[in-house]
Amino acid sequence: MKRATARLATEEPAWIKALILAVVATFLVLVLILPMVTVFVEALRRGVGPALEAIREPDAVAAMKLTLLTAAIAVPFNAFFGICAAWAVAKHEFRFKPFLITLIDLPFSVSPVVAGLIYVLVFGAQGWFGEWLIDHDIKIIFATPGIVLATVFVTFPFVARELIPLMQEQGVDEEEAAVSLGASGLRTFWSVTAPNIRWALLYGMLLCNARAMGEFGAVSVVSGHIRGMTNTMPLHVEILYNEYNFVGAFAVAGVLCGLAVVTLTLKTLLEVAQPHGRVGH
Amino acid sequence: MTITARDIEKTFDRYPALNGVTLEIAEGELLALLGPSGSGKTTLLRLIAGLEFPEKGQILFDDQDMTLAGAADRRVGFVFQQYALFRHMTVARNVAFGLDVRKRAQRPSKEEILKRVDELLKLVELDGLGKRFPNQLSGGQRQRVALARALAVNPRVLLLDEPFGALDATVRKSLRKELRRIHDATGVTTIFVTHDQEEALELADRVAILNLGRIEQVGTPTEVYDAPSGPFVCGFVGAANRFEGDVQAERFTGGGLTLAAPGVANGSATAFVRPHDLVPAADGDGFDVVAHRVTAQGPVVHIEGLTLAGLPFEAHFARENAQGLAPGAKLRLAPSKAYVFPA
Repeated sequence: MKRATARLATEEPAWIKALILAVVATFLVLVLILPMVTVFVEALRRGVGPALEAIREPDAVAAMKLTLLTAAIAVPFNAFFGICAAWAVAKHEFRFKPFLITLIDLPFSVSPVVAGLIYVLVFGAQGWFGEWLIDHDIKIIFATPGIVLATVFVTFPFVARELIPLMQEQGVDEEEAAVSLGASGLRTFWSVTAPNIRWALLYGMLLCNARAMGEFGAVSVVSGHIRGMTNTMPLHVEILYNEYNFVGAFAVAGVLCGLAVVTLTLKTLLEVAQPHGRVGH
Repeated sequence: MTITARDIEKTFDRYPALNGVTLEIAEGELLALLGPSGSGKTTLLRLIAGLEFPEKGQILFDDQDMTLAGAADRRVGFVFQQYALFRHMTVARNVAFGLDVRKRAQRPSKEEILKRVDELLKLVELDGLGKRFPNQLSGGQRQRVALARALAVNPRVLLLDEPFGALDATVRKSLRKELRRIHDATGVTTIFVTHDQEEALELADRVAILNLGRIEQVGTPTEVYDAPSGPFVCGFVGAANRFEGDVQAERFTGGGLTLAAPGVANGSATAFVRPHDLVPAADGDGFDVVAHRVTAQGPVVHIEGLTLAGLPFEAHFARENAQGLAPGAKLRLAPSKAYVFPA
């Protein structure tokens, strides 16, 4: 006779569960954990001293500063843009809406290298605005503005993508209620819309930040790789690695990993702190 | 305040939602906008609230043209179908919102706002729940909060969109009475949208019946029930048996039925007979039917079946007149009252 066990219809037998878990665990160790460990093992191969020295080196410090500056500009900008775009898409009806949504997704589907090249073609010395920019002594390509622009482009969709489904689900009822009670547009946004999207907004900004600090391809094209000037952390890691300075490369890479861990920790804390238990969709 | 909608036209994506609607709502009146879904009733309500704007026509508050005024400038209280409470605010903050957002010069003091919130929560019988959040309340309680929030600004008109649509039958009944009580206590001009004719007839002073973007009839519940203006109103307000047929010399024949049809022109026509107007008849009068279902619903017995012509019918008998009636029984029925409209 069969043993009568109370089991959910969607629940698999125990051995299948164990197998799936084992596959996932193996995959995680091989693809995620081992490489992370390698970064720190390689960085500390000759002890803590050389690793710290590689981080304190002026070019490395300049790279870290540039990376933080880039993220500090790109994240607020894209947060603002993301709110505007999500607001437009989720709360209004207009003819070119599907087109706008596709456009928001463009940076995800275009190779970052292509994104970088577009900026070189537009703002570079031989580009459309090249002469005008040189005449007015404005440097964009091979300078900080170009790096910021490329980063903004690549991290465009994160906040908008996080907010659009949430705002669509929430609808416009609460906003309409606020307006009918006499609230101005701005007041409605701050008192009603903003509190309803704050967790998803923070979440999107964290994802945006992680990508902004880690972006390589697009930034590589527009940077020019001038040490201590236009090298971001990922670019600095590459240069050190190509010079066979493995300790230096992995030490800086370790700092990047550290920043990523901070971001992920904040994200996890957000998920726990959030009143409804889960962020976004 | 008197509200007038004059020759209103509104289309959505080339689909007409309102097609030349004119309606006047008197000061202190409780009016129901009744119609099937897609009839334009909610659109009309939103136009009055300033949440939509018409392509043609005018909305007047007393003599003041409000057609293009924004919702924030109209001082209307709007209660949404899904309540639309501010989910991150307490009940008290929700109710106070309309006062909190006023410009400093017109804003009451903190104490006055608190006092007003207390009064309103008492009015909707939610005193003591001010510190709760909307998701800690039942559907009926949320609806009361939405009502209190809309009333907080002393609205010139109170607009309710399917106010009881999302509630279960018992709560719905008690809230109906509640709305009537609050309306009588505040005297505020009130318009509510519903697709439930029972709700409209029970609650409203007058009912405006909409169909396909037009007003079919406006009248007291008794008027629209007893003197429907046309076949749509007759079929929509209260149940009715339909018989298709012809009128010749002011007599209707069709579906085994012969009726007097005074004032109806010759040609094809539709006759409507309410279930309670079908009464047992003597031979030589009325028509033969076979009962298929007999169900006692309180004091009334519902009889469903087919006429000899194969048409379904429904009749309501008082219980004492239906003694011993069982499925399969043959009956002879005649309409004590009927409505005939040219097709």
